[in-house]
Amino acid sequence: MFERIWRASLAPLMAAATAIIISSIALIISGNDPIDAFREMWKTIDSTQSVVIIVNVSVPYYISGVAAAIGFKMNLFNIGTNGQYLLAALIAGWAGAEVSLPPVLHVPFVIIVAITVGGTWALIAGILNVTRNVNVVVSTIMLNYIAIGISAFLLAEFFRDDATGGLVANTKLMPDSARLPALNPIFELFGVNFPPNTEVFGFLPFAILLGVAYYVLLNRSLFGYELKLSGMNPAAALAAGVNPKRMVLITLFMSGAVAGMIGLPFLLSDPSFLKYGDAFPTMLGFTGLGLALLGRNNPVGIAAAAIVWATIERATQRLGPIGIPPEIGKILQGSFLLSAVIAYEVVRRRNDAAAVAAAAAATHDLSDSSYEPPENLSTGQGTGAPV
Amino acid sequence: MSDEQGEPPVTGSTADDAPVAIQLTDIVKRFPGVVANDGVNLTVRSGSVHAIVGENGAGKSTLMKTLYGAHKPDEGTITVNGKQEDFSSAKDAIAEGIGMVFQAFMLAANLTVWENIVLGDEPGSRFSLNAGAARSSILELGQQYGLEVDPDALISDLGVGDKQRVEIVKVLYRGAKIIILDEPTAVLVPQEVDALFASLRELTTQGATIIFISHKLDEVLKHADAITVIRQGKTVGEVDDPSSVTSRELAEMMVGSELPTPETRESTVTDVDVLELRNLTVANAEDGARDLLDDVSFTVHRGEIVGIAGVEGNGQSELVNAIVGLAESTGAILLDGHDVTRLSTRGRRDSGIGYIAEDRQKDGLVMPFLLWENAALGHQHQPPYGKGPWLNVGGARTQTQAIVEEFDVRTPGINVPAFTLSGGNQQKLVVGREMTAEPKVLVAAHPTRGVDVGAQAVIWDILRDARAAGLGTVLISADLEELIGLSDRLLVMLRGQIVAEVDPASVTPADLGSYMTGATTGGH
Repeated sequence: MFERIWRASLAPLMAAATAIIISSIALIISGNDPIDAFREMWKTIDSTQSVVIIVNVSVPYYISGVAAAIGFKMNLFNIGTNGQYLLAALIAGWAGAEVSLPPVLHVPFVIIVAITVGGTWALIAGILNVTRNVNVVVSTIMLNYIAIGISAFLLAEFFRDDATGGLVANTKLMPDSARLPALNPIFELFGVNFPPNTEVFGFLPFAILLGVAYYVLLNRSLFGYELKLSGMNPAAALAAGVNPKRMVLITLFMSGAVAGMIGLPFLLSDPSFLKYGDAFPTMLGFTGLGLALLGRNNPVGIAAAAIVWATIERATQRLGPIGIPPEIGKILQGSFLLSAVIAYEVVRRRNDAAAVAAAAAATHDLSDSSYEPPENLSTGQGTGAPV
Repeated sequence: MSDEQGEPPVTGSTADDAPVAIQLTDIVKRFPGVVANDGVNLTVRSGSVHAIVGENGAGKSTLMKTLYGAHKPDEGTITVNGKQEDFSSAKDAIAEGIGMVFQAFMLAANLTVWENIVLGDEPGSRFSLNAGAARSSILELGQQYGLEVDPDALISDLGVGDKQRVEIVKVLYRGAKIIILDEPTAVLVPQEVDALFASLRELTTQGATIIFISHKLDEVLKHADAITVIRQGKTVGEVDDPSSVTSRELAEMMVGSELPTPETRESTVTDVDVLELRNLTVANAEDGARDLLDDVSFTVHRGEIVGIAGVEGNGQSELVNAIVGLAESTGAILLDGHDVTRLSTRGRRDSGIGYIAEDRQKDGLVMPFLLWENAALGHQHQPPYGKGPWLNVGGARTQTQAIVEEFDVRTPGINVPAFTLSGGNQQKLVVGREMTAEPKVLVAAHPTRGVDVGAQAVIWDILRDARAAGLGTVLISADLEELIGLSDRLLVMLRGQIVAEVDPASVTPADLGSYMTGATTGGH
């Protein structure tokens, strides 16, 4: 068990070390002391408040990573999660504020609206692909802009809360019945003391459930089996009686549906939002693509990647005032992602060669296996890293 | 592989005292976890036709790649015409006059013959290509060596025999005096094989040295001046006088044990129809082109193996795809009396069509999937692999373990990816998977292609046992001995049509070859 964890963490640890070295060099070049910088970063995250903020920020990142991973598993690159979640958040936020329901129904209602909108929007790319053979990457990217345009139009013309005047546009605040309570009382049971105005957002359990559902679906359901099969070997999938068009449609719908949930932590549990508006974060979808890559499409891996991302962002927030450029955070993230991709590939090749050797040794077979796994696939289940 | 004594070589032109062109000494080549060559010795005399024989995976191709400079040996020396060489790339080998013709042709289909031949070594200046010079030197080479090719023909219009000739001219054009051919006859029909060896013999009289890899022992005995046998990466035999050995002796040297034969025993054919094809047609996507599969009708009975012979690319793949539901077709398919024409691939497989795909790595297996995941392939929604919408991982593992044991799949376990297994063991897993589902009809495309003799024998046994148990089989194969040995009835396909039906008990590979090329027409 420990050996497995160690082996899975080896490549990311190597990548982290490389990223730290690269950003230290960048710091030295810009005339700063890396030791000072990292000490300041550590001080910034070393508080309960920081930990809570990191957790809260990483939840939408994580959901975004899972949404991308579903597509990646089938070699479908859903680059349109950004548009899918923005449109979903707008419509779910508006619909949630328009209805009046008891809490047990109100929250599920908002969730269902969001996943339906996100999934349906992604499905457009799926339909274009299976009927007109339009490349999914191209159509999902372009649908982002259409979604952004449509949501700006809908917000300005129909969904705007007239009570907020001036230049700000947002939907009406959702009623309390649509609000997920903070999780602070649960953590307080374990002796955690929260400073004032610090809340663990109530959407966290839903995100954990999502990861479990994703894992079970992919590794225990026939659908997940056929999804991985179609991604790794479409010809074999056809021969095994899998309808590839149906798989494209369902997979894109599911990826979009999960993308539709990216905005829900803000709508349902962040007291500074509880509505959709101009201030809503707009780039979470693109971040998720990198996180899926970093987490190797594995829910635990994506969660870890999301937490690392959020930690770097939090840690670099107070660098500016002491004269260190906070952009060092972007350098850390970028070099970490790139070195991780390289490290995964190195480790994968080594493991594959070792597996072939072990099989040959165990069976005393001398024939040289001429097969080389395609670049974008990895061995075994649940770890296929795309790109 | 047959029992009779091989004929003596056509010419005995090379004396034993001819100078040595190639001398490989104690070559060792290791790949991760595998020793592909483990002390191979090879002596090839100048002006001779030298055969290298061995099973798949014995290390023949690795050895030839070493000689051709594609990789360096870990140990051992290469001597060419008395000079010790240390090739670091194929370019070095070409400079020393060594050329290689690969098994899979490396030709650009939409370029002409002369363009392909000069590719990478073009006559003319940096900015202009001297097409005239290219054409005339190709024609000259053709005349000199009896390898005439039309320089302006398009590669895509050529047959396999012509393509191979282009490959050989390509090597000669680069000035090769020592030509290596990797399984040159694998894709040829018997008549083309004779023509090839006549050309090669002609080349040797002009001073060339030929090395060819083969595992077809009759042609080796018939055409080679000397033979080197390789088994498990080692030289196990050197034959200077092919007339002194029989093909059976050679084969046993190659395998190191008794040989299997594809012969089926007593007939188990019944008069119950299990698969009936009516006017099956697959249209060509190009408008106006002739149909890829043209009005094919035949019936397979319970307990019968119907063999389909034909040069590859004459509609066999389309026939397989049409039966399995992977190609759009017109006509009707009746399985056990029920019309399955309208069913999808899954529906057809569920109603009892088993399928061994032509290319196991492309269609039959998912290489990075674990063995148990591969065992479920095509049957994933049925017990014991599937349970409602769920994958039954426990059931799948148990079933896979049973397949591995029953069908002799040699593997360290069922939780390893498929690419770790050798070709033969991969194929045994595929065959075992299909048989375990107890199909009524099996469509087997090239079931023993690229597998070792041991696995081949196991697969033949499985097909025979299933036949005895009442399975109807459609067998497509390029191995004529396999077709003749296993089939109860043989159909020959040419240009998408069934052009002949022959009795495997009386037909010879040579006769079959004539039907396949259209030289002889009609059945008996």
